[in-house]
Amino acid sequence: MTASQTLFAKLWAAHEIMQRDDGTSLLWVDRHLVHEGSHHAFAKLAERGLRVACPDITFGVVDHYAPTRAGDVSPDIRRMIETLGDNARAQGIHLFDLTDPGQGIVHVIGPEQGLTLPGLVINCGDSHTSTHGAFGALAFGVGATEVAHILATQTIWQRRPKTMRMTVDGVLGPAVTAKDLALHWIALLGADSARGYAIEYAGRAIKALSMEGRLTLCNLSIEGGARLGLVAPDQVTFDYIAGRPFAPKGAAWDAALVDWAQLKSDKDAAFDREVRIDAADIAPTVTWGTSPEDALPITGCVPNPADMTGAKREQALAALDYMALDAGEPLDGIAVDQVFIGSCTNGRIEDLRLAAKVLKGRKARVPGLVSPGSKAVKQQAEAEGLARIFTEAGLEWAASGCSMCVGMNGDRVEAGKRCASSTNRNFRGRQGRGARTHLMSPAMVAAAAVAGHLTDVRPLLEGRT
Amino acid sequence: MSGWTTIAGRAVALPQANVDTDQLIPARFMSAPRSAGYGAFLLHDARQDQADHILNRFDGADVLITRRNFGSGSSREAAVYALVDFGIRAVFAPSFGDIFQGNAVNNGLLPARLTGDQIEMLIASLGANDAEATVDLATGSATIAGQTVSFDLDPVWQQKLVNGWDDIDLTAQHRDQIKAFRAARFAAHPWALPAS
Ligand code: SF4
Repeated sequence: MTASQTLFAKLWAAHEIMQRDDGTSLLWVDRHLVHEGSHHAFAKLAERGLRVACPDITFGVVDHYAPTRAGDVSPDIRRMIETLGDNARAQGIHLFDLTDPGQGIVHVIGPEQGLTLPGLVINCGDSHTSTHGAFGALAFGVGATEVAHILATQTIWQRRPKTMRMTVDGVLGPAVTAKDLALHWIALLGADSARGYAIEYAGRAIKALSMEGRLTLCNLSIEGGARLGLVAPDQVTFDYIAGRPFAPKGAAWDAALVDWAQLKSDKDAAFDREVRIDAADIAPTVTWGTSPEDALPITGCVPNPADMTGAKREQALAALDYMALDAGEPLDGIAVDQVFIGSCTNGRIEDLRLAAKVLKGRKARVPGLVSPGSKAVKQQAEAEGLARIFTEAGLEWAASGCSMCVGMNGDRVEAGKRCASSTNRNFRGRQGRGARTHLMSPAMVAAAAVAGHLTDVRPLLEGRT
Repeated sequence: MSGWTTIAGRAVALPQANVDTDQLIPARFMSAPRSAGYGAFLLHDARQDQADHILNRFDGADVLITRRNFGSGSSREAAVYALVDFGIRAVFAPSFGDIFQGNAVNNGLLPARLTGDQIEMLIASLGANDAEATVDLATGSATIAGQTVSFDLDPVWQQKLVNGWDDIDLTAQHRDQIKAFRAARFAAHPWALPAS
């Protein structure tokens, strides 16, 4: 009899090629995704005269520097995009370039194209690779040296992380989303609380999430310090995958369903750490500081550093100074200069539907940008009439890419400006030098656009189905 | 890359928590080739905004003492390039970003964990000045501003730092085993290959 195993342990065992005496494992990588930022890794490969070991399971996409608005592209950005194209062509890698209908943010198109599947190990030189864990895959971000290693060998050396199960009981309230859930737990436990852990999300509230919601939740695992997040695949997962371009078909599909049915933690499996959260405790949540852990319900107030001690107090003082906020100020009412909806966290069709539900028939009081997570999302949003709702509200409807999440393509928040954003990082300078970012769900961003300040979206959704 | 066992240099304190990789190197500098040198990009915006920033005052620092969650955020290895090209060879903190610490070791930069109390003691000793620092990987100990501390370091990382090991060379020795693994995996699970 084999002992009860966690989902994580099963996935790890299925990919372990060997283990060194020191306990480090060599894992097989089923999918490797590269983007413009992978140029350092390709350069390392070229230095050694090596070729990509498995181009058939390596995929490239233009996203971080993808232009989202008409107009001139700077020579620097053009060079980044061309370098990826040159590397992909030279190595025989399938590339979703700017003209490809499959283009979009790497963590949006992986699932959308059927490249992301349950049971795989998926790597990408990007920390939000944890997103793909929503399918019950071992998916984690790596640095450039490791990208080069995967390109050269299709494997990665890893120390086995510990396991944490985060059980979310109960039901999320109206207009409370996976984004709110993620910000809630990160605020509760801390931005480094899950360091060294693989998190499996479980419980009734997780089961009830759509694939989009699970992707958002797993995406933000890294903001709580975890290497990866996981949700056991179920019918919701299988229904999402069926018929996607690179998904298995015919006999392979049938075989996949048999294998995937095993992908869950056994009943008595032991985790290194157990966390329980009650979904009923979660309200629409916003950040007030410069770390994702600086998050509170919209009904709360900016915390007072005077109530804190030591390093925590210094951190809060510095955050309030950067964010230009006063201690004790109600969060509902903080005026914003602009809004952004998009990113690999919240740039999927469901996110846009929710934001559009808030914006329908209303006007935004501040300017804003909406960048769908992929071309496919863009097309669908246009077909569903969502794009019209955004533009009629006064927001700009842009092309797909990382856009204002990171500002590499020139979509930036100006210094000193305050942005309500559906992205994942409120770090200093993340959306542009001196930019002040408040993270929240796309519904809450839409509410901020309508009100001109941070506000509770719930009243705005009353009576709207 | 060549390995190292000891450092004898100067240490400074950066008493901040959550110094994320976006602060360590803002995204706009990341299109430069490594050969351009990344040292000038380190904490660029903070250093430009504050003329008396500790790293402006002591630009020969080798060792950095800082608070929890250093290097959190993006996987950008450029954050490590910026530290290394600036001359930093060891960072002491209570916790590090998960991907950052792996990137650090791959580039010869020591991410050494100390307790929060030890860090606060060192920050207090250093204040706004620099001080002598020695670090010894073999014993896992450091003396900074006259205070001796033992740090927590994964033994695998210690080996990599000491030997300057490169994983690609190590892995190449297992080429046949990897090939066989691939063949067996896709034969047993044909669905795991992308359909075309
Ligand atoms: S959308 Fe933002 S977080 Fe996501 S991959 Fe792009 S830059 Fe990274």
